[in-house]
Amino acid sequence: MAERSFAKEVEKLRFGAGETFHGEGILAITKALLQCGVGYVGGYQGAPISHLMDVLADAQEILGELGVHFEASASEATATAMLAASVHYPIRGACTFKSAVGLNVASDALANLASGGVTGGALIIVGEDYGEGSSIMQERSHPFAMKSQVWLLDPRANLPSIVKAVEDGFELSEASNTPVMLMVRIRSCHVTGSFETKDNKRPTMTVAEALEAPRRDTNRIVLPPASFLHEKEKVEKRMPAAVDFIRSRKINEFFGPTSGKAGIILQGGMYNAVIRALQRLGLADVYGETDVPLYVLNAVYPLVEDEVIAFCEDKDSVLVVEEGQPNYLEQAIAAMMHKAELDTRILGKEMLPMAGEYTGQVMLDGLSAYLRAHAPELLSAQFLAPNASGDNALAADLAKVVPGRPPGFCTGCPERPIFAATKLIEQELGPHHIASDIGCHLFSIMPPFELGATTMGYGLGPASASAFNAPNAKRRSISFVGDGGFWHNGLTSSIGNAVFNQNDGVIVVVDNYYSAATGGQDILSSRAENRTKSTKHPITDAVKGMGVKWVRHIDRTYDVTRVRAALREALTTQEKGPKVIVASSECMLNRQRREKPLTAKAIAGGERVVKPRFGVDEDVCTGDHACMRLSGCPSLSVKTLDDPLRDDPVAAIDHTCVGCGNCGEVADAAVLCPSFYRADVVHNPGRWDRFMNGLRRGITSFLQGRREKRRLIFAEA
Amino acid sequence: MVTNGKNRHSGQTIIKLAALAVGGQGGGVLTNWITDVAERNGYLAQSTSVAGVAQRTGATIYYVEMCPDTGRRPVFALSPAQGDVDILIAAELMEAGRAVMRGFVTPDRTTLIASSHRIAAVSEKIEPGDGRADAETVHESARRAASRYVAFDMEKIAVEAGSVISASLFGALAGSGALPFPRESYEETIRASGRGVKASLAAFGMAYERAAAGAEAEGAAVAAGAAAPKGIAVRGPERLVARWNALTARAGAYPEPVRAMVLAGLRKVVDYQDPVYGAEYLDRVDQALKLDGEEHGHALSTAAAKHLANAMCYDDILRVADLKTRTARDLRIRREMNVGGENVLQVTEFFHPRVEELCGTLPARLGLFIEGRPALAGWIDRRINRGRRIRTDSLLGFGSLWLIGTLRPWRRSLLRHQVERAHLERWYALALATAPKDYALAVEILNCRRLIKGYSDTHVRAHSKFDRVLSGLKPLEGRPDAADWLRRLREAALKDEKGTMLDGALKTIATLDAD
Repeated sequence: MAERSFAKEVEKLRFGAGETFHGEGILAITKALLQCGVGYVGGYQGAPISHLMDVLADAQEILGELGVHFEASASEATATAMLAASVHYPIRGACTFKSAVGLNVASDALANLASGGVTGGALIIVGEDYGEGSSIMQERSHPFAMKSQVWLLDPRANLPSIVKAVEDGFELSEASNTPVMLMVRIRSCHVTGSFETKDNKRPTMTVAEALEAPRRDTNRIVLPPASFLHEKEKVEKRMPAAVDFIRSRKINEFFGPTSGKAGIILQGGMYNAVIRALQRLGLADVYGETDVPLYVLNAVYPLVEDEVIAFCEDKDSVLVVEEGQPNYLEQAIAAMMHKAELDTRILGKEMLPMAGEYTGQVMLDGLSAYLRAHAPELLSAQFLAPNASGDNALAADLAKVVPGRPPGFCTGCPERPIFAATKLIEQELGPHHIASDIGCHLFSIMPPFELGATTMGYGLGPASASAFNAPNAKRRSISFVGDGGFWHNGLTSSIGNAVFNQNDGVIVVVDNYYSAATGGQDILSSRAENRTKSTKHPITDAVKGMGVKWVRHIDRTYDVTRVRAALREALTTQEKGPKVIVASSECMLNRQRREKPLTAKAIAGGERVVKPRFGVDEDVCTGDHACMRLSGCPSLSVKTLDDPLRDDPVAAIDHTCVGCGNCGEVADAAVLCPSFYRADVVHNPGRWDRFMNGLRRGITSFLQGRREKRRLIFAEA
Repeated sequence: MVTNGKNRHSGQTIIKLAALAVGGQGGGVLTNWITDVAERNGYLAQSTSVAGVAQRTGATIYYVEMCPDTGRRPVFALSPAQGDVDILIAAELMEAGRAVMRGFVTPDRTTLIASSHRIAAVSEKIEPGDGRADAETVHESARRAASRYVAFDMEKIAVEAGSVISASLFGALAGSGALPFPRESYEETIRASGRGVKASLAAFGMAYERAAAGAEAEGAAVAAGAAAPKGIAVRGPERLVARWNALTARAGAYPEPVRAMVLAGLRKVVDYQDPVYGAEYLDRVDQALKLDGEEHGHALSTAAAKHLANAMCYDDILRVADLKTRTARDLRIRREMNVGGENVLQVTEFFHPRVEELCGTLPARLGLFIEGRPALAGWIDRRINRGRRIRTDSLLGFGSLWLIGTLRPWRRSLLRHQVERAHLERWYALALATAPKDYALAVEILNCRRLIKGYSDTHVRAHSKFDRVLSGLKPLEGRPDAADWLRRLREAALKDEKGTMLDGALKTIATLDAD
């Protein structure tokens, strides 16, 4: 089960014609898919479209009623390859994943799909993880559309526009026999709003019906000579059909006056930010009525040349608002002006930054710079002068004080002790080359652990250490891969590769029972019962099946001493070939979500429940914070004692502690100090508990009393 | 609230609210409540956030825009912009600082509602010294940057009410009056959410009152409370109390600035050992006092009083065993863990004894005998060096610690005591000898005691840092800024674990002679 449940919200997916849907963008997309008669959906989770997968997983009953097949694909490549079902059959299909990383993985399938083309509408919903809050390299999805010649929609970020883009996308795909990509940015996935719903449609052909009546057409398969024909078809038939569709269906929108000296061409996703900047410049009202001509590209590829030219030809200059780089739109539009021999000045990255998110301030600065230079008559006096700069001194003061707060391991995270053990083994055996992977475990590169030198892609941690296989070297490489990455790609690209090439390195598979970083979705090795998926396939079996001889399984990562011993053995054993340690403990976030309500219920119901939590004896703690350098747990922090003799704060554990055990284990493994204690509170104790407790407390308080009667007792400070 | 520019004005305005939180604080719940209360009051509202891995324990932003519903659909933005935020909610103090830093708080319009509690960032926690950010700088900047600043500890209110911070933040928002909505509509929103309603309403109510009463930063109030002088309450056998009183009478004669520190030190030392040890402590402080005078504000004796107490109360097994078997400790844990009613408390301690600790706890000659024979010491170490979990609620576990505690009267004859005393005397003698030549330097030598902390390996590392810092003394001798340099060395030593910064500072000192 995923981190967030949409069980309640998915009922909205049943809404019929004329009802009003309120909710998040991601749920609106799902509803739109059903309204379009989609026949099958697949995808791979990852922000910002994780919730789309979660919604679909929670909506399986509704999907089943409509005859829609849903798959949680093994990877983005699988998800895209799945769209092959729309090649010969008139079935609408959709898949979704995070991008640009998802498209990187999917591009093999995407290129093949795009070459042969599709019969049924094929929609790829990409969650563009760009700008603030992004967790990946900063690249654009745009060039993937260009190089494979598939069409790219970038709708305005409001629910009605996004829903319409889904509908348009399927029709565009069918009209041009080409898969269509629908791009949604991070915030538009989570934006709330409303739209008027339509009835859900059953697919015109279900996958079951297709299976019963198979079809084939050699001309649609990517092999010469068909592949040469495909390329011609793309430029001669499919592209013109797409342009016609976009023009005739008015996919792109015009706002503001029909003519003017200056205008703005923008990606649909930039619309809200552009309007906000214009509002702040006094050139638009809250409803988006504006004095500046806008040409909004809800379809950013292909461009409709005559529309562009018509928009530009009466203007002295046009600003292209295009987030990210390279600036493909700006280049294309400038080339159009040149070919059409227009002298309209095309501006873009001179006014707005080449790299980085177009935040509110960036947009305001860019637009006002453009308008000041090219249409000053539009601006009132207050905006003609450059903005007064803010209180920079204040920010400078604070920059020295306010600490950075990058993401890190959650309270009680089972991955923390793995890296504590790694840090300890490095203290013992010296530093090693450590290759990291994608997933929560990549937080190891941050303080306090600072372990890991590279990350090369999902499931590619061990693969990225493959060059470090030198028989003469005295040290081995260590590489990490999560269970998510392991099943995504790691089993073949990393483990298989290491076996085949006789890599001598150490591979740690971090198994937390879920694809945790993306929101706790189930994967093959998940321990949960899943009604519609097959789980509980042990990673150790897969690794052994791949041919690894040296495999150790640690079934409780919190046992720091044992993890360290396994690492020590792996790093020093004489045995050849890859050494694989599978370290398994459940993701604490998901475990708490699962157990907390059950525990509360059990306690309320009078059952005996033992709840652990850790504490620190502040008078024993000397305040050197060695424990925190092996933890970084949010619940383990520092506090000042009301004691003039103490200069430094001591360790303290707050009420959010989940009693995972890391503090005690680390104190033990690293021989730190005896300040930590674990307090187990037995709720609803049984008779035996109470009897033993009475006996023990009787004797201990007798001993305490005996000693304390003979000494000075100071009141607690 | 923003009014639109001159050319375009629809008569409507958009209220912009941003919430900065630390991942895991429940910012999502808060934003849902805010959009709900807006919609209840006839507004259209839109919220956005960035979910995903970037949120795990890191700084996150939630954003809400709202506007009265006139039947037309406004164009809302998806993220906050500098200088364009009406209400900023910070769920932690440094996040308030971050909001100011990022330009989201401006004096023309922003109401800044901040919880003044701290969640230390990893970088603040891992310094061996005190790496925490200065809260007052943030309060000060926030006051300057905001049009209105509402700050108090909303986490505490939430915990007291058995709720979470979203409820008290919501209460503070309502109480601040920054949104034109009545209190009842906020409470309706909480009731409609359906989970933990009673506790949420309690936290909401308390925060509402505080904010409505115009609560500002509470730093001043806390400081005033801490300044109140406290007597030391003590009880015990008459004979001992009399000796304690004699000691405090002696300490009472010390000059004003030293007295408070000496009393605190005395309490610690007597609690650690016995009144005789207390007298020994005062004798030592007297040595510093003789060299001291008002012209220096008695800095030397105050530092001596502080660090002698810490040095004399070294952390040995006896002390740990003693502290862990006291009634007061048992009560403290029960209080902290909320053990009430019939519930049973079980306590597990984590010990990892090594041969070093064993030898330290043996009579000096025996301890030295073993330490002098590495083969024997190794043999013993292999038998005892492992993690031991001791249940101090069980008879065996408690009993063994209690028995170790009975060794206290013999502490002075144990090896560890000899080692610690020798170390203390070397250090103290150095400081006293330095005082007549360079008073400030002597104070700094005393302050270097702060470096010694931790157990086992950490303790060894601390000692090595202490020695390295003091090794810097030689090149500094006779320099007028020697004290300043020693202070810098010590501060560098407290910055990181291995002492990398310290090594850098020592190198700098080595080059001082050149100029």
